[in-house]
Amino acid sequence: MLDAAAYTALALSLKVSLIATLFSLPVAIAVAWLLARRRFPGHALVSALVHLPLVLPPVVTGYLLLLTFGRNGAVGGLLDSLGIVLAFRWTGAALAAAVMGFPLMVRAIRLSIEAVDPKLEEAAATLGAGRWAGFARVTLPLIGPGILAGAVMGFAKAMGEFGATITFVANIPGQTQTLPSAIYAFLQVPGGEGAALRLVLLASGVAIGAVLLSEWLARRMAARIGA
Amino acid sequence: MSLQVDIGHQFDDFALEAAFTAGPGVTAVFGASGSGKTTLANAVAGLLTPDRGRIMLGGDVLLDSDQGICLPAARRRIGVVFQEGRLFPHLNVADNIAFGARYAPRGAPGPDQDAIIAMLGIGALMQRRPRNLSGGEKQRVAIARALLMRPRLLIMDEPLAALDGPRKDEILPYLERLRDTGTVPIIYVTHSMAEIARLADRIVVLGRGRVLRQGDVTDVLSDPAMVPLIGVREAGSVLMARVVECYPRGLSRLETGGGDLRLPGITAEVGKTLRIRVLAQDVLVSLVRPEGLSSRNILPAVIDDIHRGDGPGVALSLRIGSAKLLARITADALEQLALRPGLECYAVLKATAVARADIGG
Repeated sequence: MLDAAAYTALALSLKVSLIATLFSLPVAIAVAWLLARRRFPGHALVSALVHLPLVLPPVVTGYLLLLTFGRNGAVGGLLDSLGIVLAFRWTGAALAAAVMGFPLMVRAIRLSIEAVDPKLEEAAATLGAGRWAGFARVTLPLIGPGILAGAVMGFAKAMGEFGATITFVANIPGQTQTLPSAIYAFLQVPGGEGAALRLVLLASGVAIGAVLLSEWLARRMAARIGA
Repeated sequence: MSLQVDIGHQFDDFALEAAFTAGPGVTAVFGASGSGKTTLANAVAGLLTPDRGRIMLGGDVLLDSDQGICLPAARRRIGVVFQEGRLFPHLNVADNIAFGARYAPRGAPGPDQDAIIAMLGIGALMQRRPRNLSGGEKQRVAIARALLMRPRLLIMDEPLAALDGPRKDEILPYLERLRDTGTVPIIYVTHSMAEIARLADRIVVLGRGRVLRQGDVTDVLSDPAMVPLIGVREAGSVLMARVVECYPRGLSRLETGGGDLRLPGITAEVGKTLRIRVLAQDVLVSLVRPEGLSSRNILPAVIDDIHRGDGPGVALSLRIGSAKLLARITADALEQLALRPGLECYAVLKATAVARADIGG
């Protein structure tokens, strides 16, 4: 029932979202830990910066990405000389999706870190575990459900991301045309409503499936850590 | 293995300025809440960096603020048993107690895992999760966990404070067993005189962030000047007593440095040495050997020292042979009997005054 264009859009969306989630998750854990467990000058500023994509119009975020990571941008130029191009490529779509999902990930993970009693980390230290070992053996397993929740939110956000993506990498079929972009494109042409509706159902199915999967995983994890 | 501590730390509302030493055996750190006990324990464990000071453990510098040395907690090899246990909720008992074992140096001395599990009686709990343990079981697992990392020093920070009376009685024999194995010196932080009388060899008395007194438990607890610090109802001396004879109807004869006592409710067998806590308020003083008195425990004594407080009570220390007993009487009685240091008298203690919980092995 899916035509080739729809199938391509779905595959691209899944690829973009998975890559975006995978790469931003470790950074999100580190930033969440920093915000939850450390007090430093500029704490509020870092927190505000992380949340910026949540409150800015997506088109503004996309434009800022274009300014920074475009071929003539500060970072984009540097990457260009290394042979890495983000603008108008699927990698750029992944970057846009990662940036837009980042605040949601950090929020979920930060909350779960704050729920872990720091006294448990102290106990780990008195048993000989250094800071990293204590984090890996005590905090990390205990925040597993939070990390999962953050990852699912980030993935769902990436699957649905539209404004920043279309601004940064446009809407090139097979290259940067994700599911939302494809829906938008179908709605722009006469007689495209049928195809758009099928894509809408598909996107909803993926989203619901992701949430169900995460619920199931979270329950298993919670049982395993005895929470 | 000896510990030397001399630290100062300023909080918003109070300052800690404390120096003490601890050797082998159990050193109790005693004080009311807010006296700085836990701060002191945390500084030794490395969980708090004091403003200034020096902490040495067996010749190693753990902290020297002048030289900018502060060993992180993970490298001090000091085990800590916290009031709330702090077991890891995502690990079962076996994994909890094994947590620190991998950080212990190879060949570090101490009993092996099986001996520790047997000593603490936790063999049947290995597969359980912390949430399925009682308060007393949690603390026993926490002790095993701390011992398995082969600590050079064990700090117990109010380990019984969160437990109710029966649970305390359940765990105290395990603590006595741990003390008697003598594997590791223990710093025992508490505000309970009963626990100190049962467990400690030495005591450091803290008050408002200062060390008010330190020394052997038997000396400090029989010092009448200590009564106001300990509290008139809690003050009392500790006698070492050996069970020499058990009579029918549950009475036992015990030998102390100052004569024999006849006490009920002693379950220990003949030959065992017990610590007996005698509260100062349960000791009477008589100038003549009382006749026709129900008490069978009348010991010849010499008044050693007298401490008058602000209230109506007076604390006396009595020398009974090689032992010391603390008595609390009224200032009125002191004057009418003309009691003074050096005077010979008789100490009378009621057999039932020695509560079961105050008798330790």
